[in-house]
Amino acid sequence: MSEFEPKIVAFFCNWCTFTAADLAGTSRLSYPPNINIIRVMCSGMVDPKFVIKAFLNGADGVLIGGCWPGDCHYINGNLKARRRVALLTEVLKQYGISEDRFWLRWIAASEGNMLQEVAKEMTEKLKALGPSPVNVNKLAG
Amino acid sequence: MANYTKVSYKKDELNLEISKIFKQLMEKKVVSAVLAPSSQSSGVVRQTLIVNPIKTAQIDLFAPIIPVNSAKIASSLTAKPSGKNIAMVMRSCEVRAAIELAKLNQINLDDVLLIGLDCFGRFENTDFSKLLEQNLTSESFIQSAQSEKVAVNGFDIVGACKICEYPVPDNVDIRICVIGADTNSFGVEGVSEKGKQALGEIGLTGSEPPGKRKELVEALSKKRSDLLAQKLDEYKQTINSIQALEDSLANCINCYNCRVACPVCYCKECVYLTNTFRHEGEQYLGWAQREGTLKMPTDTAFYHLTRMTHISTFCVGCGQCTSACPNDIELTLAFRSVAKASQARFEYQAGRSLDEQQPLTLFHDDELVEVTGQVK
Repeated sequence: MSEFEPKIVAFFCNWCTFTAADLAGTSRLSYPPNINIIRVMCSGMVDPKFVIKAFLNGADGVLIGGCWPGDCHYINGNLKARRRVALLTEVLKQYGISEDRFWLRWIAASEGNMLQEVAKEMTEKLKALGPSPVNVNKLAG
Repeated sequence: MANYTKVSYKKDELNLEISKIFKQLMEKKVVSAVLAPSSQSSGVVRQTLIVNPIKTAQIDLFAPIIPVNSAKIASSLTAKPSGKNIAMVMRSCEVRAAIELAKLNQINLDDVLLIGLDCFGRFENTDFSKLLEQNLTSESFIQSAQSEKVAVNGFDIVGACKICEYPVPDNVDIRICVIGADTNSFGVEGVSEKGKQALGEIGLTGSEPPGKRKELVEALSKKRSDLLAQKLDEYKQTINSIQALEDSLANCINCYNCRVACPVCYCKECVYLTNTFRHEGEQYLGWAQREGTLKMPTDTAFYHLTRMTHISTFCVGCGQCTSACPNDIELTLAFRSVAKASQARFEYQAGRSLDEQQPLTLFHDDELVEVTGQVK
């Protein structure tokens, strides 16, 4: 049987992490193709519904990439994102989706190498954890 | 200084004695209107806006029923201030919801004289109507509840009340107390300065509450807290996956009554009623492709999870969601469980204080570092 390949839905801020992914590309830094990038204008516009929907539809992990505190293009969208992520983590945890599957990371536009690291790290972590419990149940049921 | 006045009543005159207080508050122009649970011509008890002092005779404060969480009613009365002083009678869950709505600018408490009631719990609306037919009175209910018997003729109070650790409302101006009151009496307690002043106007200056009150309130609160802890533990153990959540919601028909009944779900237009969730046939067919089938209506667990993210930080646990559900889904426990975790995360407690900001309405540079685990 082939190795489990986690599906990670990634919401990347246009001004930092998305640009970092671009930089990683032009710098020929390869990162796992498990990351499925959705470009958003700010981590602060990631509605909790986006994340819930991703998990309900079988994502093994969700990664939100935003600007470091103080660097937000919209002054404080990233700080709002952080509060929402903390809240959503509490909701998801109750229903078996652990915080290991739901990450928020600060990755600046210049940090292409960090994007590569985070992508690798999250993919490895999810491979170790196995498929999302949502999928396991679906397959069994 | 304590301000507790004992008011005695003769048999069958509890409502009469309480009415007198409200009548005086209106006659002395302390307030120009009263919002209080009152008997309707049909016999049922509903919150009633009274502007004619004579009509205070209908008041039936302690009828064990909360057909609608009054915070919603307070919102319609004060969201745009009328400039009139209104006395509003609420129970603990309603007061706590009102506090949260005030923070969301849905209620203006400036001109409100908030009168809280000791609460032994409420019955479901339909059960209450049946009990009325069997001649249940507020007086008989209270006397039976004072001797720790809340179930009446085979009907019991709702689950949310059994696990409510706040039998006595805080953050009110005046409290009407029955816990620890002597037989055939109740207490009127001035809590805030505003409340003490209002009571002073009608000659209720008061003194210390009965000694056993504090102890009895604590005992009742502890009994319910213990049951709450046990119920939450059971919930956490059993409904611990998305599949288990979906199973527990199996009877949900997406009617969204729980949202309508919820006092703190305050959006004028819920996203679940907008085009965001109104899809074309082709879209549904596409989704059905994934597993070969698609449950309709769709997005049931999605809806409840969304509501949890929207309101769990200020859910007060009033249980109106469960009461409103036409299919008897026990939503209260789900929301109390998630609310406990999310409120703890932000060291917040819904309804505790008007001065505490709601967690998602503020944010700081140097907080929640553990979310990303990154330090620059």
